[in-house]
Amino acid sequence: MSEISVDGSKRRFLVAMSTAVGGVAAMGAAVPFVVSMMPSARALAAGAPVEVDLAGVEPGMLLTVEWRGKPVWIVHRTPEMLEMLGKHEDKLTDPGSENTAQQPDYCQNPTRSINAKYLVAVGICTHLGCSPTYRKEVGPADLGADWPGGFFCPCHGSRFDLAARVFAGSPAPTNLVVPPHKYLSDTKLLVGEDQAAA
Amino acid sequence: MEKVISWIDARFPLSASFKAHLSEYYAPKNFNFWYYFGSLALLVLVIQIVTGIFLAMHYKPDGDMAFASVEYIMRDVPYGWLIRYAHSTGASAFFVVIYLHMFRGLLYGSFRQPRELIWIFGMLIYLVLMAEAFMGYLLPWGQMSYWGAQVIINLFAAVPFIGEDLSILIRGDFVVGDATLNRFFALHIVALPLVLLGLIAAHLVALHEVGSNNPDGVEIKKHKGPDGHPLDGIPFHPYYTVKDILGVVVFLIAFTAILFFAPEMGGYFLEANNFIPADPLKTPPHIAPVWYFTPYYAILRAIPPMFGSQFPGVLAMGVSVMIFFALPWLDKSPVKSIRYRGPKYKIALALFVIAFVWLGVLGVLPSTPLATWIARVLTVVYFAFFLLMPWYTRNDSYKMEPERVNDK
Repeated sequence: MSEISVDGSKRRFLVAMSTAVGGVAAMGAAVPFVVSMMPSARALAAGAPVEVDLAGVEPGMLLTVEWRGKPVWIVHRTPEMLEMLGKHEDKLTDPGSENTAQQPDYCQNPTRSINAKYLVAVGICTHLGCSPTYRKEVGPADLGADWPGGFFCPCHGSRFDLAARVFAGSPAPTNLVVPPHKYLSDTKLLVGEDQAAA
Repeated sequence: MEKVISWIDARFPLSASFKAHLSEYYAPKNFNFWYYFGSLALLVLVIQIVTGIFLAMHYKPDGDMAFASVEYIMRDVPYGWLIRYAHSTGASAFFVVIYLHMFRGLLYGSFRQPRELIWIFGMLIYLVLMAEAFMGYLLPWGQMSYWGAQVIINLFAAVPFIGEDLSILIRGDFVVGDATLNRFFALHIVALPLVLLGLIAAHLVALHEVGSNNPDGVEIKKHKGPDGHPLDGIPFHPYYTVKDILGVVVFLIAFTAILFFAPEMGGYFLEANNFIPADPLKTPPHIAPVWYFTPYYAILRAIPPMFGSQFPGVLAMGVSVMIFFALPWLDKSPVKSIRYRGPKYKIALALFVIAFVWLGVLGVLPSTPLATWIARVLTVVYFAFFLLMPWYTRNDSYKMEPERVNDK
């Protein structure tokens, strides 16, 4: 055999091209595996709205219902509780609910609700997802004399008032989420569906 | 017998491998107490794999059945309690052994040139082990399993821009649920153990390529005898296999004592709340991770939210683990072993150990304003150990290490 001349740059080009094409193919093949880890059709279907009967929720009482696997609280706020809400706005991170991701437009008001009597909120702390405890009593020993009633997260000590607004200095950065909801009648609430634009 | 071996040797390097890695692998002759923990880690790995296989025969990775199947293992499966407690005690034992193994590296500079890759493989093993422990802890589907996973997965949700989708990808649902449990089971018993075995093989191959460090930090390969073996080395087998068997005996005494008399270790190995089935609507009043994660958890809690996001705390926690990877390049001291280093490194290492242990203690306790402040100070000490290391190791006084190992 005569001397074989090797075209080095052509060889490098071919190696680089086949590596690139193979890499793209590998990424394409990975797509079905990664996407298979996303919520399944069954998990998506489980997000149907939940109907709640408010007749049994006494003043001051908290009712927890499950929506999309998350706890949703319905608190029947008494007039005294509603009166307390306006008294500590200077201590809150976001008293005016300016962060629009945390509630629907129709709940961007001082009580964060459609009907001030009922607070509807997702009971999952915006810090790391624990479920805060309902502490409605005013000024208990462990939370301090200036505690106006609200929610206390046992995991990392975040504090929220009875409009689910976070107190400044808590680990949680934002107010609790108010889910989309609407009233079907005075005592029937539907969690998971927006009310028609008024 | 000899015929069989020579038949195999002609087809597979059996004798050659035995020689290369055991009977003619020369290790420094001055190994001390701190050199038990590598082989003990291998022992614990075997315990975990064997007990894990037998647990998987009875366990059901299903949100409705998981908790009951663990209780079934504990009550109805013959010796199920023993196998399960061996697995749960083994998890804690793994971290005890690994933390001591890593501390040995800090004492004698085992991560230093030319052993950077051994250290990096070791750190990767540590990361996989953390993932194994975290995913395994979800499987009993108790309250702590559930809410611990909820908190840890939400750490990923704090990553800017992609966090929310990332956490949904990990959970396979909008909250921790059956989908999460089922995939964690697959990762815990198949994917991660395979990765772990590969990394351990790489760790050992790299170790046997450069040779072991020792308490003097002397490179024994610099002085070889006429036979080509290091003068300060002895064959791993039989010398260190015998030494390690002693370590195994002592370890197993402690391990079985815990297994039989205190498998829950007063709530530190298995938490009381985990004997209550997972309830997605009710968080237990006090959530704490298992002890081996608490130093990092305390760092997470110590950092306040900034710019309306808890990402800084999550970032600090991530960096506090990852920063170990940089150790080989942060340490500028001319000597490896603490025996020949000056006071600055000794003080820094002592402060680091104190910070690590106390962060671990704080991570178990509920958060109070005072505890948060102490955790912040300790977090600064923790990071200072690493970030100031180039400065204090360069300016430290030192004695040059001897040419040969100290043989007293």
